[in-house]
Amino acid sequence: MKLLQGKAGWALLIALALVFPYMVSNTYFLSVMTQSYIFAIAALGLNLITGYTGQFNLAHGGFMAIGAYAVGLLTTDYQWGFWTAFAAAGAICGVIGYLVGVISLRMTGHVFSIFTLCVGYIIYLLIEKWEDVTHGAVGVMGIPSPTGFGGLEFESAKGQYYLVLAFLILGAYIMHRIVHSLLGRSFVAVRNSEALAEALGIPLARTKRLAFVLSVIYAGLAGGLYAGVVRFLGPDLAATHHTFELVMFMLVGGIGTILGPILGSILVPWLTQSLQFLQDYRMVVFGPVLILLLIFVPNGIVGTILHRRARRAAAQREQAQAASAPAAASSTPNGARHA
Amino acid sequence: MDLFFQQLLNGLTIGGVYSLVALGLTLVYGILHVPNFAHGALYMAGAFVAFYFMESLGLNYWLAMLGSAAVVAVLSMLAERLVFHPLRNAPPLHDMIAAIGILLFLEAGAQAIWGADFHRMQSPYGNLVEIFGLTTVGQRLLIIAGAVVLVAVLHLFLTRTTTGLTIIAMAQNRDGAALVGIDATRVTLLVFAISGALAAVAAVLYSPINLVYPAMGHLVITKAFVIIILGGMGSFPGAIVGGLIIGLAEAFGGFYFSTDYKDLIAFVLLVVILSVRPQGLFSKGAH
Repeated sequence: MKLLQGKAGWALLIALALVFPYMVSNTYFLSVMTQSYIFAIAALGLNLITGYTGQFNLAHGGFMAIGAYAVGLLTTDYQWGFWTAFAAAGAICGVIGYLVGVISLRMTGHVFSIFTLCVGYIIYLLIEKWEDVTHGAVGVMGIPSPTGFGGLEFESAKGQYYLVLAFLILGAYIMHRIVHSLLGRSFVAVRNSEALAEALGIPLARTKRLAFVLSVIYAGLAGGLYAGVVRFLGPDLAATHHTFELVMFMLVGGIGTILGPILGSILVPWLTQSLQFLQDYRMVVFGPVLILLLIFVPNGIVGTILHRRARRAAAQREQAQAASAPAAASSTPNGARHA
Repeated sequence: MDLFFQQLLNGLTIGGVYSLVALGLTLVYGILHVPNFAHGALYMAGAFVAFYFMESLGLNYWLAMLGSAAVVAVLSMLAERLVFHPLRNAPPLHDMIAAIGILLFLEAGAQAIWGADFHRMQSPYGNLVEIFGLTTVGQRLLIIAGAVVLVAVLHLFLTRTTTGLTIIAMAQNRDGAALVGIDATRVTLLVFAISGALAAVAAVLYSPINLVYPAMGHLVITKAFVIIILGGMGSFPGAIVGGLIIGLAEAFGGFYFSTDYKDLIAFVLLVVILSVRPQGLFSKGAH
């Protein structure tokens, strides 16, 4: 069990992901996995603003759609190269995210969530109705796949799989660096108590805005990859149920952890795929499953494991303390529990 | 000028529907502080249940409305007991996601039973009537009258009866209400039942001039959220005034600007108003 923690665990996961294309013969599974990774990148971003900073943003799917449409429209209607369009997608999302953040982050709690839900709706309706620019309900077709470089190609299912995997690993690594930096700690401080964070000298509005912009850039880049891999876009991508799906991934895997959203993004689609035989009844089963998970596994898979491990470590420490210094142990058992 | 009054009438119609849905939402928010995303699915369920009563059991419009209100009230209470109650100590995020779970369940359920098709609900008041020189469908007048009557009855119930006062007491202060002997469980169930019944009645009133389909609740519920934010979360008069504002804005905006962007108006209005007044239109202090 010890071997699976920390760097070794991540190395094992990456190794598994690297050999995955050689373990499955079916390109369908490969493309399902590729899409899971794309949503995992978006879920990582959502986790930054919701899991670490405590602001429940319901426009995240909308920002993913903005990124996807930026790539789709720039490459088809304006003949940009894929990678310049991809960079533009991140930048556009960052700018729009900043503007939305300035207004929406003045609200807190439920009001913020509902406000961003409305922002998501505005994005959806604009994409659907603004036909001159977005092609409306017809959608964007014939988006080129990412152009290859340095002898790599991203036309085949395998090439795209590795491309998206590389972005996911990079995204997870950057996220790891962010949340373990001073900045990440100020995000967590804002989540835990806004008043306390402000008293510690953390600029509340600026910190929240930064978390919001970073998180939607993740969404925008994930959307850009989505456009390059799926190569067709419809307004449906901005619909609220995509946001709800991302939230679900994050929650099932474990909110406020880095592995959680990734794991959720891979497991939940597999679960819904395996419920395929139920067809129309799929969501009839999935809705209650989600509620049961919330009631009985509120911290998600990764969160539950971490909790259990922390509790065990605390108990062991207490035992060790009791054994080595029986007299002192009775006065400090509470200290260990905070770990 | 006739066209102006025509739009006014349309605005009042749709505003009445929005107000009823928003009232149910704001009542639940006042008691539990949960934004019930499943409320739109209850609205949809109300329309389908009434549709089923009318088409398959041959009940008349009013009996179907009563039956659907009862069924949805029970559904709403079940949601409280089975989902929100076990989650009462969980962080707020979990309530919201659980509500989404209920929404997925109800929508998929309706789709599995009745299919994804659009259905038309018949109403005995589909004929044209003339009033003050305006020609309109009788159903529209019925919606306005229905909304006014329901709001009045609900207002009297909340302010003049002991049971109604227990709801207000609990919305004001949960612990205080428990201290004076108010049964929190009973009041919460009652509020969920009222909220579900209001959604069902609103849906049955509006369906004959709209259509019945599994996704019919999406826009209505999102606009109802806009309304209760504008009116102040948990505020009773705020929900009514907010509903009318959004209804009229949509009717006039759709007519004078563009019908394509009609659904955007509510959301843009929200963004503009909250940019200027982050605390909402009617609440005095900041949240």
